[in-house]
Formats: sequence, structure tokens, C-alpha cells
Amino acid sequence: MRYLPLLVAGLLRRKTRTALTLLSIAAAFALFGMLDAVRVAFTAPESLSGIDRLIVSSRLSLTQTLPQAYLARIASVPGVDQVAHADWFGGIYQDPKNFFPNIAVSPAAYLDLHPEYDLPPEQRQAFLTTRTGAIVGQALADRFGWQVGDRIPLQATLYPNKDGRDYWLFDLVGIYQVTEPQLRGVERQLLFRYDYFDEGRTLGQGTIGWFVVRVRDPDQADQVAQAIDRQFENSTYETTARSERDFQRSFARQIGDIGLIVTAIMAAVFFTLILLTGNTMGQSIRERIPELAVLKTIGFRNRLLLVLVVAESTLLLLIGGLLGLAMARVALPAIRAASSGQLDVVMAPQSWLTGLALMVAIGVIVGLPPALRAMRLRIVDALAGR
Amino acid sequence: MIDPLVCLRGVSKVYERGRQRVEVLQRVDLDIPAGDFLALMGPSGSGKSTLLNMIAGLDAPTEGTLQVAGQRIERMSEAALARWRAANVGFVFQFYNLLPALSAQKNVELPLLLTRLSAARRRRHAAIALDLVGLADRASHKPSELSGGQQQRVAIARAIVSDPTLLVCDEPTGDLDRHSAEEVLLLLQRLNRDHGKTMIMVTHDPKAAEFAKRTLHLDKGVLIETAGAGAGAGR
Amino acid sequence: MVRSERWAPRLRQVGVLSLGLIAALLWIRYPLLLAVVGVPWLFWLLTTPSGRQTLAITWVGLATIPERLGATSVVVVGIAGVVGVLVAMQAMAAGFQATVTRAGNDHTAIVLRAGANAELSSAFERSAATLIAQAPGVRRDHRDLPIATADLVLVATVPRRSTGTDANLEVRGVGPMAWAVRPQVRLVEGRAFEPGRRELIVGRGALQQFSGLEPGEDLPMLNQGWRIVGVFESGDTHESEVWGDAETLAAAHRRNGFQSVVVALTEPAAIETLRAALAADPRLRVDVETTRDYYTKQSERLTAAIRIIGTGVAAIMALGAVFGALNTMYTAVSQRAREIATLRALGFTATPVVASVLLETMTLALAGGLLGAGVAWTLFHGFTVSTLGANFSQVVFQFQVTGELIARGLQWALIIGLFGGLLPALRAAALPVTVALRES
Repeated sequence: MRYLPLLVAGLLRRKTRTALTLLSIAAAFALFGMLDAVRVAFTAPESLSGIDRLIVSSRLSLTQTLPQAYLARIASVPGVDQVAHADWFGGIYQDPKNFFPNIAVSPAAYLDLHPEYDLPPEQRQAFLTTRTGAIVGQALADRFGWQVGDRIPLQATLYPNKDGRDYWLFDLVGIYQVTEPQLRGVERQLLFRYDYFDEGRTLGQGTIGWFVVRVRDPDQADQVAQAIDRQFENSTYETTARSERDFQRSFARQIGDIGLIVTAIMAAVFFTLILLTGNTMGQSIRERIPELAVLKTIGFRNRLLLVLVVAESTLLLLIGGLLGLAMARVALPAIRAASSGQLDVVMAPQSWLTGLALMVAIGVIVGLPPALRAMRLRIVDALAGR
Repeated sequence: MIDPLVCLRGVSKVYERGRQRVEVLQRVDLDIPAGDFLALMGPSGSGKSTLLNMIAGLDAPTEGTLQVAGQRIERMSEAALARWRAANVGFVFQFYNLLPALSAQKNVELPLLLTRLSAARRRRHAAIALDLVGLADRASHKPSELSGGQQQRVAIARAIVSDPTLLVCDEPTGDLDRHSAEEVLLLLQRLNRDHGKTMIMVTHDPKAAEFAKRTLHLDKGVLIETAGAGAGAGR
Repeated sequence: MVRSERWAPRLRQVGVLSLGLIAALLWIRYPLLLAVVGVPWLFWLLTTPSGRQTLAITWVGLATIPERLGATSVVVVGIAGVVGVLVAMQAMAAGFQATVTRAGNDHTAIVLRAGANAELSSAFERSAATLIAQAPGVRRDHRDLPIATADLVLVATVPRRSTGTDANLEVRGVGPMAWAVRPQVRLVEGRAFEPGRRELIVGRGALQQFSGLEPGEDLPMLNQGWRIVGVFESGDTHESEVWGDAETLAAAHRRNGFQSVVVALTEPAAIETLRAALAADPRLRVDVETTRDYYTKQSERLTAAIRIIGTGVAAIMALGAVFGALNTMYTAVSQRAREIATLRALGFTATPVVASVLLETMTLALAGGLLGAGVAWTLFHGFTVSTLGANFSQVVFQFQVTGELIARGLQWALIIGLFGGLLPALRAAALPVTVALRES
């Protein structure tokens, strides 16, 4: 700490240069913050909730439905605690641009299986007793300004309504919240009742999209999944049971190798950044060689000079990097608002940690060469300007 | 009688640094006839470089009039001054100020870029100038491949290549050893004597001043004439 | 008085910057502006004395680049990064869009159930499919049979070749007229599937992306093996599919209907006849579109998303690159202060000095742009990837680095160079000559 004024003086020596370098570091880390948030969102949230859940779907594909009779057969598999089921409805609210998941579920079991959905008890009760009832997440309700008591029409895409209308009506009876920030995604869906759905549709009655299974012991999840699949082996409708996390991951992977694209961009960005700040640091040290020589003359040790120079570059990276991450933090909600909720990602704590590690690493990488040069200075040469 | 080539009347220069007023030159009057070789001496901060820069059209006086080569230059615009410098003044600097990326030949050609001469004629003129300073055989060398004295001679070739009336030398030997300095000074003297170039040279070396026709001393912004024409006077 | 003198250069900087910004915006909007501005500029450079001076000074600057390789590489590499990312992302969008839209044209129409936004969410009874095929406006062949195919669209989960992870494969069951409706589809290996047998043909793209689809192998669906008997090419999104006989697939999957009917039109204008006829039939509730409109719509959302994200990322990188270029050029100007002052003393005016700094930055920027576009081209042109398309299954496509995209990238590079060079150029012009001359 005692040398802090020295570091600051070094950075303030050429204010324009320092400011420009800080800004380009900030730009790079702002980009890192946003892209890493996207990457985290696509590689499925790191959360403890749901580790005891399996998703059972048709082996052929998620679009292939399964017989309702499977419900009881899955429930009887040893190790299975409770089973709920769900169907993708694919309804559109006003405009295809307003896309959000809307799912027909077995109400009581589904809510039992998802304790992370925080729904007031009286609203839960209303959902269980209202046939046309629907519940939505807080984020979705905020997006369209919905309130409990609203009637929400969804235009049918997959399932025309038996009554001849091309839309279905739902009564909003509850709004749930999710406390964990990385699970925000589930706040953007609408859930409604399977019985209303199954009676109203003109095709596919008595079939199920996928089952959600809670296992008694999360450590036994793999064995239970295999046992379920074995049940239906060699039948017409074979199943694939896998953990909820695997299911989400495989889903994200279908969209494309987001991780690869993000990594490639980040590599390009950071390569440029290292080059840029490395060059700036080298330049700044070269210009200060006589000053460093003076410090040496006074009696500063080589080791200390090395540390001072590396600390200066790391400080530069830290200031710029934190500025950039802060900008990303501010920009993401703005992007969410601008894209009317389509692009909704948040920066996870791990992004901040990775960012910090990168700042220190790059700071050391770019600081080391000029630091070594400063350390090896011969006082006589440096003072003479050689 | 013909007007002198350089004619200063009541020239003052004041710098303001915050609240402080620094008077670098105080009401200087100076005539330099054509064909003169004038040495300007004085301690650091006496204003000799400021005076030189003003005569060369690089700096403007706060007060007074400045007539060089028949033109009043104290109120000329930047662009007009640039054109005027290109036509009338040749520069020799203490640190030569050659462009390190260019060969000696190309460095000498630089001022000719400002003329309408064709590339072939530019080359020819530059070759003549290099020959005049005795460096015809070094035309293709880069400045880093020449000694200090040679670099200064290239700079002198650059200063005379466009045939200016006035040659302005700012400590031309300040960075040279004695032998090279003498070579350079003899060259300047020859240019003055044989080619009729008017010269103004700032120096703090009395030995260098001996090569001039006359020497003027500046002290705290005031001119003191100490010696008439001829070398060695005042010693 | 003193205050106004202090602020005057700032004001001038702000003025020049805003002018530059306006110029850049205009240029992005109207790329041809480059010719309008650039040609006179070139003329100025080559014919006028100041232009020649500029070239001479620029040459001096460029000749010193080897001595400051590290610093100049910041400009070049920084801009190369921006242009590389920009061109790669746009090439991805262009490739996806081209692959999907190429499947559509004005001579065929697709009929879906009303409200369905893709084939997969549509469904017809068998009788409806027959009604649609018999409607007016549908072209007929020499035997007077309507040229139309009722397609069944299924999704199968198949492991991907590259990662081994499961991905969705589109399985299309087609009618006997499918080849006439889609003449771009041609067999390149093996033979066509035979109706009544569990046989499939595989598109070139699907064959590349998925494992287990080589001719002779079996694709398991609902506990039955389907033999791959041929490979087809079409140059569009159908190449990401496998095809089989609609009736055979429907029977195996216990389906009693179809997802879409695609018909050939007697002429492009006949779409209206067809639409009116189907709307008038009370037994049908369908949407009719030309395949061009349908496939254009299918590609729009993802294409727009990739474009916006790519441009956003490149824009932020561009900001960083501008700061880097500013840094480098400020340093270059201050390192060359004495040189510039010497030139000014020799009688060079401010204009060529400003112009040469700008020209140098733009030259470096152009080099960076070419490098970035070149890297994007070598790495990504023709690079095959796939993503989830409208039918909830993989669409295989190739990055397309087109000349237009490269030109756009170079345009960005020059704009970055313009901003990176403008302020340092002004600083070069404003350097105090008398001070710089005496620095050793």
C-alpha cells in the first residue's frame, strides 16, 4: 500500500494514454461480461434445485407424444417418488415475436415437484380448483403487465380448440416467483391445466408430452432413469429418461455450439487486448527508464521494481476490467428491455470471478516483459539515456 | 542605400505563464545586410533562439516589426509563413533533424517537394547540393549510417538545396566534436564567402563565433554589439 | 480572451469529431459515398502540390513502421479482430438465410393448417389433403394429375457426428409427386426409396452432420429399422432432411394425416385463385403462402438475431479498436514530433501533415481490414454448421463469406481508421514547432 502513490503517479503520467487504454480494456471486459452471461445461460444454470428430477420423453424425439398409461407404470418403478407430466402448447400471445413457453401440466403434481416456484397458497389453491386457470412467472407478468384476474387469449398453433375458435382463453389465477437469479428463465413461462387442455383439443387426446419424475435419492438418479427406460424397451414408444440438467443442456446444444462461438470471439478480443495493453505498458516503461534508474540509485531493489511494474499493469487491467464488467451489468437489463425480454441473461457470480482472474492474468502477462526489462536495467546506462 | 536583408524594429516577445510575465526580448533593433555572417551569442535563456526563430518565421513577436527579404512577416498567416519559409529560409539545427527513414539524397530533396520541379530535376539539384558539402558518395546512406559531422553536412545541403537567401543555423556545432565542428564551420564560411549566402548562427561556443564576420551578444533580452566585422575581435 | 484561446482547440476537436461521426453515419447508410469523396481525394493527392506533399510525408511515416512494429500492429490486429468477427457472424447469417430461402420460389405454394407457424405445428386429415391437391390453380401433369405432395414431417433424435450428442433430424414423408414439386432435389448416390418398404434417402447435409446415416445403415424409429438406400442433393434446407414414403411412414407412426401440402402453381399469379378457392371451402381452415414467402419468414428471425448480435459484438470491439488506434497514433505523432516540426520549418503546411497522419492510419486500418476479412474467409468460408430450424430440427448450412460482406468489413475498418486518426492528426498539426525542433 505504501507504494500506491507511485503506481498512481505512473498511471497518471500520460493521462490520455492511460484513459484510452482503460477504455479499450473496459470495452473488452464489457463484451466478456455480456458474452459470458449468454454462455452461462446456454450451458444450463448451476443450481441445486432440480437435481432430484428426471425428464422422461420419447426416444424418437421430444415432438413424439407418449401414452398417458405410462404415468402409472413410471410411478411404480422403484426409487420414483412422484410423477408429473407436461405438454408443449406452443400458443402465441398476440404476435409470434412475443414468444414464451406455455405448457399444459398436471397442476398439483407439477407444483409439488417444483418447490422453487414460489406461489402464494391461496393462488395455488385457485389454480388447483379453476379448470381454465393459468399461472405465470413474475418476469412474464411484468413483461405484459398482467395481473391476477386477467383473461389471457393464446392463439393456437399446434392444437385447435374444439369450440371452433382459433384461440384459447385462460384465467390468470396466480403469479409465481423464483428467488435464485440463475433460474430466472422459468419465470418466463405460462403453466395451465392438462384437463382443460386435453378436453379442448381436437387431436392427440390421452397423450402426454413428457414426464417429470422426482427420485427418492438423487445419488440413485442414474439407476432410476435406466430402470424407467428398461420398462418401455422394445415397445412402440420407447423413452429416454435423463436428469433435468442433461435435458436442458442437450436442448441448448441443439441451437448450436454457442460455447464455441463465444470462446472464439473472446479469444479474438483478448488476443487484441493483450497486444494493445502489452504495447502500451512496454512503451510507458521505456519512456520511464531514467526514472526507474533513479529509483534504483536510491536503493530500490530489483525485486521491488519488478513487483511495482507488474502491479501497475495489473492495476490498469483491474480498473478497466471492473469498469467494463460494471458496464455489462448495466447494459444487460437495458438489452432485455430493448429486446422486449427476448434476450434475458444476467451475469452470474462466476462471470465476475472468471473476469477477475482474467484481469490479473492479463495484467501479469503484459506487465512481466517490461518489468523484467526494468529489473535488468544498468543504472549507469539508464541515467545516461543509453 | 539598399534595405538590409533582415530588419527588426522594436521587437519584443513576452510569454505569459499563468500569472507570470516573462519578457524574453526587449525592443530589439537589428539590421543584417545581405551577405553577412552573423554569430549570436549569449547565455541560456537570453532569448537568442527566440530571436532566431522569429527571423526564420517560426515565431511571431509580441510587438515590433520584422522585415525579411523585403516582406513584413510579423503578421503573416501560418500558411503564408510556411510558403515564405520554403522560398526564403534554409535551416540547420543542432541535432540535424534528418528524417531517419530517408536516405541522405531523399532528405536533401525534401524542400524541393514544395516546388514545382520534376522528379528528375529534384534529384539533380539534390546531387549538386550534396556534392557541394562533399558527400556525393554518401547519397544513398541513411542518417544512422553517417557520422554526426556528416549528418550535419547533409542538413546543410538540405538547407541550401532550394537556394534560399537566408541560412539560419541553431547551434550547428553544439553536438559535434571539435574536428567535425571545424569542418562544418568552414563549410558555412565557404558558403557565405563563395556563394553569397547570408547567415545567422546561434552559438555559445566562442570558437565557433570566430568563423562569423561579426558577433552580437544577447543578455536578458537586450542586444549588445561587442565586435565589428572580422574574426577574433574582442579577444 | 485567454479562456477562449484555451477552449478554441477543444471546440475545434469536438467540431471535427462530430463532422467525422456524421460522415461515418452517412457512409454506412450510403456506401457509394466513398466514390464521391474518395475519387476527388485521390485526384487531390495525385495532382496538387499539397497532395504530393501529403504522399511524400505519408511515405516517410510508412517507412518508419518497421521500427515501431509493435505499436502499429495494435492498429492492424485490433481492426483485423473487429472485421474478422463482423464478417464471420454476417457470413453465418448469410449462409443460413441463403440455405433456407433457396428452398422457396414463386412457382410453388405451401398449405398449412390455419394458425400454424411451421410445418411441424400443422396437421390435416387425409381428406383435406386430397381437397387441397384438387383445387384450382394447381398445375397438372400430362396425365391430368395434380402436381402436389402431402408431406408428413417427423422428428427423430440421432447422435451428431462431431460431438456424439443427440440432435433432432427432420424426417419428411413425401408423396409420389414430390420430385415434380421440388425438381431441385436429385439423387446422387444409390436409389430412391420404394413405397411400402421401410426405406429412406438422406440429404447430403444430414449425412455430414449425423452419424449412422450412411447408405446401407439403418435408422431406428419407434423400434423399427429404416434402411438408408440413397443420398440426395438439393442445395437448400431439404438437404438437412431424410425422405421416405409418406404413406409408409404414416402407417408406422400411426398417423392418419399430414403436416403440409405443397403444390406447383399453374403460374405465380395462380396463388390468389388457390387461396380464394380454399378459403371458400367450409371443410378447410388453412393458410396458403408461396414457398418463397414461407421460407423467407422461417429464416428471418434467426438471421436477424445473428446479424444484430454480430453487429453489436463488432461495434463494442470497434470501440476498443478505436481507442487502440488513437493510442498508437498519438504515440506515433509524439514520437515523430521532431520530424513533423522539421517538415513544418522547411515550409510544409499543416494540411499535408494532417492528411498524412490520417492517410497512414487509414492505410494501417485497410491492412487490418484485409487481414481480418482474409482470416474470416480462410477459416470460415464454406464451414458447415447446423442449428435448430423452424421444424424443431437441425438445419445444416455453410458460412458464406461474400464479396459484399468483405466490402462491408473494409468499410468498418476505414471508419475505425478515420476515428483513430482524426484527433492525432489534429494534434500533429498543432504541435509547437519551435519546441519540438530542439528536442534531442
